[in-house]
Amino acid sequence: MITDRATLEDLLAGLLPDEAGRFGPYGGRFVPETLMAALTRLEDGIRDVFHSERFGHLLSAELVDWVGRPTALTRARTLGAEWGVELYLKREDLAHTGAHKINNAIGQALLARELGARRVVAETGAGQHGVAAAAACARVGVPCTVYMGAVDVQRQAPNVDRMRRLGAEVVAVETGDQTLRAAIDEAIRDWVSDPEGTYYMIGSAIGPHPYPYLVRELQAVIGREARAQMEGTVGLPDAVFACVGGGSNAIGLFHGFLDAPTVEIFGVEAGGRGEGLGEHAATVSRGRPGVLHGTYSRLLYDDDGQIQETHSVSAGLDYPGVGPEHAFLADIGRVTYFAVSDDEALDALDRCCRAEGILPALESAHALAGARRWARENPGARVLVGLSGRGDKDMPILTALGGRP
Amino acid sequence: MIEPRQAIQQAIEGSEGPAVVAYLTAGHPDPDRFLADLDAVASAADVVEVGVPFSDPMADGVTIQRASHAAISKGVSLRWILARLRERATGPGAPVLLMSYLNPLLVHGYERLADEAALAGVAGFIVPDLPLEESEPLRSALERNGLALVQLVTPATRAERVRTLAAASSGFVYAVTRTGTTGSGALAADLAGYLGMVKAASDLPVCAGFGVRSREQVAEIGRHADGVIVGSALVEVLERGEDPAAFLSGLRP
Repeated sequence: MITDRATLEDLLAGLLPDEAGRFGPYGGRFVPETLMAALTRLEDGIRDVFHSERFGHLLSAELVDWVGRPTALTRARTLGAEWGVELYLKREDLAHTGAHKINNAIGQALLARELGARRVVAETGAGQHGVAAAAACARVGVPCTVYMGAVDVQRQAPNVDRMRRLGAEVVAVETGDQTLRAAIDEAIRDWVSDPEGTYYMIGSAIGPHPYPYLVRELQAVIGREARAQMEGTVGLPDAVFACVGGGSNAIGLFHGFLDAPTVEIFGVEAGGRGEGLGEHAATVSRGRPGVLHGTYSRLLYDDDGQIQETHSVSAGLDYPGVGPEHAFLADIGRVTYFAVSDDEALDALDRCCRAEGILPALESAHALAGARRWARENPGARVLVGLSGRGDKDMPILTALGGRP
Repeated sequence: MIEPRQAIQQAIEGSEGPAVVAYLTAGHPDPDRFLADLDAVASAADVVEVGVPFSDPMADGVTIQRASHAAISKGVSLRWILARLRERATGPGAPVLLMSYLNPLLVHGYERLADEAALAGVAGFIVPDLPLEESEPLRSALERNGLALVQLVTPATRAERVRTLAAASSGFVYAVTRTGTTGSGALAADLAGYLGMVKAASDLPVCAGFGVRSREQVAEIGRHADGVIVGSALVEVLERGEDPAAFLSGLRP
């Protein structure tokens, strides 16, 4: 075990997570005993099935034919000129169902089927992972149940209808804070009730080992493509930006560039409407180490260890935890994490719409806002931003907020 | 002087018939009545588990979720519980364990926790989201004070792992009688076979629970285990303002 002394070199050499599921001190497996056997089976399945050549072909074909990969790399000329940088967007918004979530969902759905699961459970916040899970489960032919906080069911009604049309059962979670956190709690409770027949399809690079590894491997396609697309045309970027909630699109994009020492990497968190506990979701930059949903990572909690509610205009970033690999990358200094406010994100969204004809998701707008802030200090730089999803789903919120048009 | 963790074992082994291990969420339904409720429960149980409320109780069913959130909203915390238990300072009686998810313990600090728990008369801990593989730091801190860290086994646990967990446990072995969350549902299909396997693998007494509500269930489980754990049903009795001691006495076969 490498544990606490783990370095970037260990990560690049493929040694992390280690056998205990750790990235340095972070990660591990903090779950009820009922789930231990299921996690061991999943680990075996990753080794024997997921890493097999046959599965690799199966997944690659689905990524091309059904998801629509590779996604485009778009030069954002007008917005770049406005910010004084050479700006590129990795267009996960063009993937099937409208966000990077589908990369993970189709991979895990195929794995669940191969491992003989009778059903899949998933959680969702804004509904993007829920829609991706419902679509992927329909595609591979496995029944799907999606847990969604009752508050989110209200605010994301169109996505609820989408999931049901795609054949999923949607369960509104009335307990806890009735948002993503409570939905994860409830999905885990369902899984605990039937750990043999149920496959838990987690939506981000969080949770007990081996989920952070599995989700990262499935999202790494974003970084691989973006690296090849940049190097095949203009060369490596000077800086890479992605938004970080749980952190799955970010970890996927970052992995394409971690070994390139000239590339600065930034994770942009949700600064919400203020610095106080409960006003933001800036877990890496303002949180402390702790255990939630099966993993040791950075978290937002009070002095008694109670997990705190978060706020972000973006439901997809509204989560008090973060993937353990991000906490590790922050500690070793390879990635810099900082937060931008709701207002900065909304403004960046607005500018991207007008300048590029692209409506980004509110989550992705945080990455844009972070890049804009950095661009002011680094004129002329070449910048890559992960546009993790499209903003169609955010129209009800944007309409409610008013402003333009 | 015997260690606290041995006192737990002796309390279970000294019971006539199956021991009753009773759970209540600290400070629920009324923080002002916590010590009175605890004393009443302790008068009729062989071992008491005091639940430390947590914001995200992922192994618990609706009753204990509700109790946890209500207690947190009334200011109940690990620090509050340890302070109240120090005030209690009764002598002999049913040993008290704390049942807590890991994060409140982690945030408190394990060394400080072990010292303060021992001073407050706590005999041990049950941590539902701490599997054996991750338990070394807490275990070693508790061991220095002679406190128990009770391991759980479940119907999904294979025999070889049950042996490993039983060997690592102290006080007793907590046999979860069903997959799923606390408080509801049917018992494991082959209860006798399952508990027989756990008993055979363990030198410690085996207490079984998750969803125990009736005298019939206590009698059935009591035929195969040394003790029966009663949680959600007792929490509901306290919520209704009924007498917990009478309820617990009524469960004994």
